[in-house]
Amino acid sequence: MMNIIDRRLNPQGKSLANRQRFLRRAKEQVVKAVRDASGKRGIQDIENGEKVTISTGGVREPSFHRSGSGGVRDYVVPGNKEYVEGDTIARPEQQGGGRGNEGSADGEGEDDFRFVLSREEFLDIFLEDLELPDLVKQKVKQSESYSVTRAGYSVTGSPANLNLVRTMRNSLSRRIALKRPKPAEMEEMERLLAEAEARGEDLERLQEMREQLERFHMRSKRIPFIDPIDVRYNRFETVPKPIAQAVMFCLMDVSGSMTEHMKDLAKRFFMLLYLFLKRRYRSVDIVFIRHTHEAKEVDEETFFYSTETGGTVVSTALEEMQRVVQERYPESEWNIYAAQASDGDNMSSDNARSAALLRDVIVPMCQYFAYIEVAAEHNMGLSALGRETELWRTYKTVQSPELPLAMRRVRSRREIFPVFRDLFAREKAGA
Amino acid sequence: MSAVISKPEGLLYDGADWDYDKIKRVYDAIDHIAIKEMGLNVYPNQIEVITAEQMLDAYSSIGMPLMYKHWSFGKHFARDEMMYRKGFRGLAYEIVINSSPCISYIMEENTMTMQTLVIAHAAFGHNHFFKNNQLFLQWTDAEGILDYLEFAKAYIAQCEERYGYAAVERVLDAAHALMNQGVHKYPKKRALDLRLEQKRERERQQYQDETFNDLWRTVPKPAPGQKPPRSVSERKKLLGLPEENLLYFLEKKAPRLEHWQREILRIVRHVSQYFYPQKQTKLMNEGCATFVHYHIMNRLHQTGRISDGAMLEFLHSHTSVVFQPEFDDQRFSGINPYALGFAMMQDISRIAENPTEEDRYWFPDLAGSGDGLEAVRHAWANYRDESFVLQYLSPHMIRKHKLFSVRDDAEDPYLLVEHIHNERGYRNVRKLLARQYDLGYLEPDIQIVDVDLAGDRKLILQHRVTNGVLLDENDAKAVLRHIANLWGYEVQLVEVSATSEAVLKEHAVAAPSGSVA
Repeated sequence: MMNIIDRRLNPQGKSLANRQRFLRRAKEQVVKAVRDASGKRGIQDIENGEKVTISTGGVREPSFHRSGSGGVRDYVVPGNKEYVEGDTIARPEQQGGGRGNEGSADGEGEDDFRFVLSREEFLDIFLEDLELPDLVKQKVKQSESYSVTRAGYSVTGSPANLNLVRTMRNSLSRRIALKRPKPAEMEEMERLLAEAEARGEDLERLQEMREQLERFHMRSKRIPFIDPIDVRYNRFETVPKPIAQAVMFCLMDVSGSMTEHMKDLAKRFFMLLYLFLKRRYRSVDIVFIRHTHEAKEVDEETFFYSTETGGTVVSTALEEMQRVVQERYPESEWNIYAAQASDGDNMSSDNARSAALLRDVIVPMCQYFAYIEVAAEHNMGLSALGRETELWRTYKTVQSPELPLAMRRVRSRREIFPVFRDLFAREKAGA
Repeated sequence: MSAVISKPEGLLYDGADWDYDKIKRVYDAIDHIAIKEMGLNVYPNQIEVITAEQMLDAYSSIGMPLMYKHWSFGKHFARDEMMYRKGFRGLAYEIVINSSPCISYIMEENTMTMQTLVIAHAAFGHNHFFKNNQLFLQWTDAEGILDYLEFAKAYIAQCEERYGYAAVERVLDAAHALMNQGVHKYPKKRALDLRLEQKRERERQQYQDETFNDLWRTVPKPAPGQKPPRSVSERKKLLGLPEENLLYFLEKKAPRLEHWQREILRIVRHVSQYFYPQKQTKLMNEGCATFVHYHIMNRLHQTGRISDGAMLEFLHSHTSVVFQPEFDDQRFSGINPYALGFAMMQDISRIAENPTEEDRYWFPDLAGSGDGLEAVRHAWANYRDESFVLQYLSPHMIRKHKLFSVRDDAEDPYLLVEHIHNERGYRNVRKLLARQYDLGYLEPDIQIVDVDLAGDRKLILQHRVTNGVLLDENDAKAVLRHIANLWGYEVQLVEVSATSEAVLKEHAVAAPSGSVA
């Protein structure tokens, strides 16, 4: 009568297809939610999943149902303690469906819909929002895997890696080629000889047989069963691992001229760089250095959210970075990446010093130095006219093909990527 | 009770862990009590062990093991998962499907006592209800449902491939919006089978032959091409109007749908129809299952098959299931169907076995009939929530739960307590409570009343408003837009008062631009 079935091992994620449909449906809102969320969260949290809240607008399931207000309704409820017929009760504050089973149709009266995005989904949408090409997305998202791989066979190695099959195959072919008598053949010979002796065969024939047997013995002694030249070992190749740690310097001008929009762009760029480095290095440290006319290493919160007034002297930030590197991140042990965001202002008297620092100290010790100049979204006109900022002109003098220095102007989110393309292009060339 | 106390055969299990042997033993013991002692009649059982994630899966696809794909299921999954992860809500211990064999899901995390409870509750309680209740017998096909869903799933997947996600999604969205208006509330004429049809045809032919009169040939015919204009009533009759099953009407009559779109509407309609009895019997179904598990667990304990510890664990979860917060409690969210259902079943059993004077006055036929189990089995088979409450809610129950009715008239500044648990109030409280379970009353009465065939093919719907409660405007607009997408032309909804026929409100949605697909 009864069947019991264990379904626990059935393929999981039956609802995956539904979820994808749902995300596609809610795409616009989810992208917006992710955008907000990535603005709020710390750079190093970018990898985690996220609980997002979207308005139910696009994913509402409407149905004909009565409205929650107006008209005459009767409710029957339990727990009468003191009321008698004809009593009146003050109308409760907009309780909606709480009082009966009418009102809100499925208990989903609220306007917002909250759910959790997995890490993959969050990254997907985050990267999509930056309009990265698929190939790059793949690269950024790929998870690290370091392993020793098999690489054919070798004639030397440790006994533990001995490949028996190969060794025996070589041994067999050598024995066949050199006509080493098989044990069975020798036994047969000995048996025939014994029989012949027992029968009293003529001496000449016996002698012949004895010599033959003797030759067999000699041959099998000269030709060993396994010869050192047969032996083969499994060969393993260790995939070269990069230095497993990197440090990422985020330099930003925080003087009054940097708007929220500019800071957001900078943050996006830092996030992307972090993600990228995270894929390549086991541990990534981040150092935040902000500067006005003086530079200071700060925590992330202060970096993005506190404002400071003062002039703009870029070289102070470079000096600060140099100091931090000397103190904590020796070049021999760390891959150093730096990203600088600025609106391009600099004190004129400081330009020469900045250029020198950059060319002689900073860039040589970096794997990559990215300078992004953020601009307000609306002043396209000015930049289009080609008015170059102080800092841009200064850095341009440093730029040369052999230095890992990339410079970009960024006005909107989608322009962040090209800076990265440079980075990837370098990676490819170097590999 | 006709029970014979069987000889104690020792404990069926000990401790919290479960395994397949224990489940088998427990199942057999429960089977014995349920079939032999309680006289239940069930479909063959299939018990499936699943994980929490699979339970969430099952939740999101309205409890069915297979379902076509749609984003709304993904949405429900996301919400349920979130609630579950955050600990706002536990998962149900079980889900049971009205099919043959009757499939019950049990979760791997449950303790052995919980598994016992779930088997008693779902595999016997719900199962018996599915197999015996009139509504289920009349409306659902337990044998065929899984096959049908299999077909539906494959068909919709095929459509997605052939016509694209977006097109299929649009039809499904519209169909889902109309799901509640997609059921036949009254049994329609049975489809005739071929043989009967042929027989009828022969008889008609025979009748014509017998009554043949050549003179009819000479009666003058109206000149061709001069059709008299059809009257409104004739037109309505031809279209089968008025029609309250909106999905059915659109499937059959919408002029611009492709055949696959009609088939999708049909699938959604069938699914909706399948769940229609469940919506009408929530109180009874849970009451029945709770009553059954309570009886079985007690019998297991009486006969020494489960330990005192297991019994206490059971009682703990049983009492939380049948807990009914009072109306002024923070936790109050309507009447708990488990609580009221269970209490009423026990009450019926009590009335049948130990009636009071009052019961004899209120239930002359039932009171003292002797066999409590027989009485509840009768109720399970023949009622739905509304008629069940109307028939069986006793004054004793009304007093026990201190039920009272409140009238909320939007024009008054306060709520009025109309009826309470006293002699004058019993009948009215019972009537009003029964109405709270009447789907025909709960769901707005919306019908398609006319189509302007001669003009712009405008589809006209009517909502007959009771008690002055109009439709939620935003949702109504959205649903109308869906209908317009399916219908292909303008759609209008008129809300008229059921008593005075006065038009209270009108909504209209213009014809969708472009084609339907």
